[in-house]
Amino acid sequence: MTMDAILDDMSEVKCDVLVIGGGTAGPMAALKAKQKNPDAKVILLEKANVKRSGAISMGMDGLNNAVIPGYATPEQYVKEITIANDGIVDQKPVLKYAENCYDIIQELDSFGIRFLKNENGDFDVKKVHHIGTYVLPMPNGETVKRALYRQLRRARLLISNRYMATRLLTAKDGRVAGAIGVNTRNGEFLVIRAKAVILCMGAAGRLGLPTSGYLYGTYENAANSGDGYAMAYHAGAKLANLECFQINPLIKDYNGPACAYVAGPFGAYTANNKGERFIECDYWSGQMMLEFFNELQSGKGPVFLKMNHLHEKTVAEIAKTLHNVERPTRGDFHENRKTDYAKDMVEMHISEIGFCSGHSASGVFVDDFARTTVPGLYAAGDMASVPHNYMLGAFTNGAVAGEHAAEYCNEVDWADFDAADVAVEKERVMAPTKREDGIPPNQIEYKTRRLVNDYLQPPKVTKKFELGQARFAEVREDLEQGMMVRNAHELMRSLEAASILDCADMAAHASLYRTESRWGLYHLRTDYPEKDNENWFCHTLLGKVDGKMASEKKAIEDYVVPIAEDEKDLYDKQRVAAGE
Amino acid sequence: MPLATQPSTVPVVVDNDKCIAEKGCRVCVDVCPLDVLRISEMTNKAYMAYDECWYCMPCAADCPTQAVTVNIPYLLK
Repeated sequence: MTMDAILDDMSEVKCDVLVIGGGTAGPMAALKAKQKNPDAKVILLEKANVKRSGAISMGMDGLNNAVIPGYATPEQYVKEITIANDGIVDQKPVLKYAENCYDIIQELDSFGIRFLKNENGDFDVKKVHHIGTYVLPMPNGETVKRALYRQLRRARLLISNRYMATRLLTAKDGRVAGAIGVNTRNGEFLVIRAKAVILCMGAAGRLGLPTSGYLYGTYENAANSGDGYAMAYHAGAKLANLECFQINPLIKDYNGPACAYVAGPFGAYTANNKGERFIECDYWSGQMMLEFFNELQSGKGPVFLKMNHLHEKTVAEIAKTLHNVERPTRGDFHENRKTDYAKDMVEMHISEIGFCSGHSASGVFVDDFARTTVPGLYAAGDMASVPHNYMLGAFTNGAVAGEHAAEYCNEVDWADFDAADVAVEKERVMAPTKREDGIPPNQIEYKTRRLVNDYLQPPKVTKKFELGQARFAEVREDLEQGMMVRNAHELMRSLEAASILDCADMAAHASLYRTESRWGLYHLRTDYPEKDNENWFCHTLLGKVDGKMASEKKAIEDYVVPIAEDEKDLYDKQRVAAGE
Repeated sequence: MPLATQPSTVPVVVDNDKCIAEKGCRVCVDVCPLDVLRISEMTNKAYMAYDECWYCMPCAADCPTQAVTVNIPYLLK
């Protein structure tokens, strides 16, 4: 049997906790579930291979949000993130993260992942944020995945690589009952019954199209196609603040960050074509991105990363980190372009749009136990709604989810699902394999994402969004009635194309619902240009109601860390004042 | 509607003299997050079968014989 040929087969397995996604949050969730309840059967399902999957496939250069005693307190961190996210924050999950993350840092340290220490042996934390100090470099950050994988093997966790989850199964009472997966190399179906399911499927990173036009040249790992968002939606879970898009400052044409967290502490900064600093703080927030966008469009554009004022040894130090960890092809990219950090400023641009709570706040709604609104269903990492959560948030909240799910399993039995749901899903998945000719998934995907750029990229205009929705509906008809695949690999791409289109529809719907502007560029509506706290100081929740997409308001939980009146708009004052 | 085949220069290049896929090695195929590498039935060597690359490098970093080179895709080079 050759690889990629499609088998018509189905098998069923049963477990206590099913973790979907083996990138960052997933391995930690699986590990913690097993530690909490050693008798539990825990399965880690992964579309690629856990060894090298997810956003940190090649490692990470540092922690962006480490709350370390002596440098910051959990309360300070909660305050900073609340202000950075324009006040639209349930603080309890953020506080829980802030309180737990130091333990996780120490645990990662015990796995062999080292963090930068000063001569006294203390963690050497750097200041990048507007107010507090939270950035901790990782000198051997390229070893993260290997270290994690070692732990998974030691715990004898059951890992199923190359299975793509396509839909969740739910019981009549709405509780989660398991998931359906498809083997990405032979199309074989797998039904997994589970008492609890933890979604750790990463960002919706293949939503907008990079300006290069290369479908896979995305900021996020291109395997993160928003499948988790789509699955949560179809299972009836609510998704929070999807209109708060992820948009990042990147190297022009290359998908690497600019990079404030690595280069900033050494004295590098974001500059305009005059070499002048124009933003006070390079920490990624919507307000900062708006100033970035304004400068790009202005006579002082485009925007650059400026390092050519630094000592050459400093530049070499920055290059060593930037070119070895997280995005190791970056050095080759600059070499091709003959860009020398010590002489030239590096041209920057803004990324394509996406959903990612890791950087912004668009995710499946979760509480402080990582529980979604569907009983038994959890979410953690980039796809869960805890804002500005980054890699350490994925680890920490993955641990929270794993431990809670392991306990939950002791209290419940397996839920029953309707066998007809599996049959319906099989028909949906396999439909493109039954057609003799039609449209290949890469064209469906390209068109969807080109339309996302044309109509959904901020600044947001109501009429353009409505036109975008009409075009998406046409693409949906093509996808459902005319998409064709020739092998199992293309079948995976066709499923991803469906997730991407679902995310595009959700991005449009959520954006139209919030009739104000908020989060700087992330939700800049030119026909509602003002922030409207009276009507919109709330979350928005998107969900499937009677089979249709619907949005509603949700009140923000009372703050546990109060924000003073004069602190609320600290992140709105990003532009360097004239004359400075 | 027949499908056209459009050529595309691929980012991942394998040195056939160094690749030991014929001895059963599947490291690069196993680790690729986008699952775009395959073993050629003609040469028994690894090659990039699908131009869907995040140029992330596990294939090159994990190859036991340093046979794999990842170039920046032409469209964004």
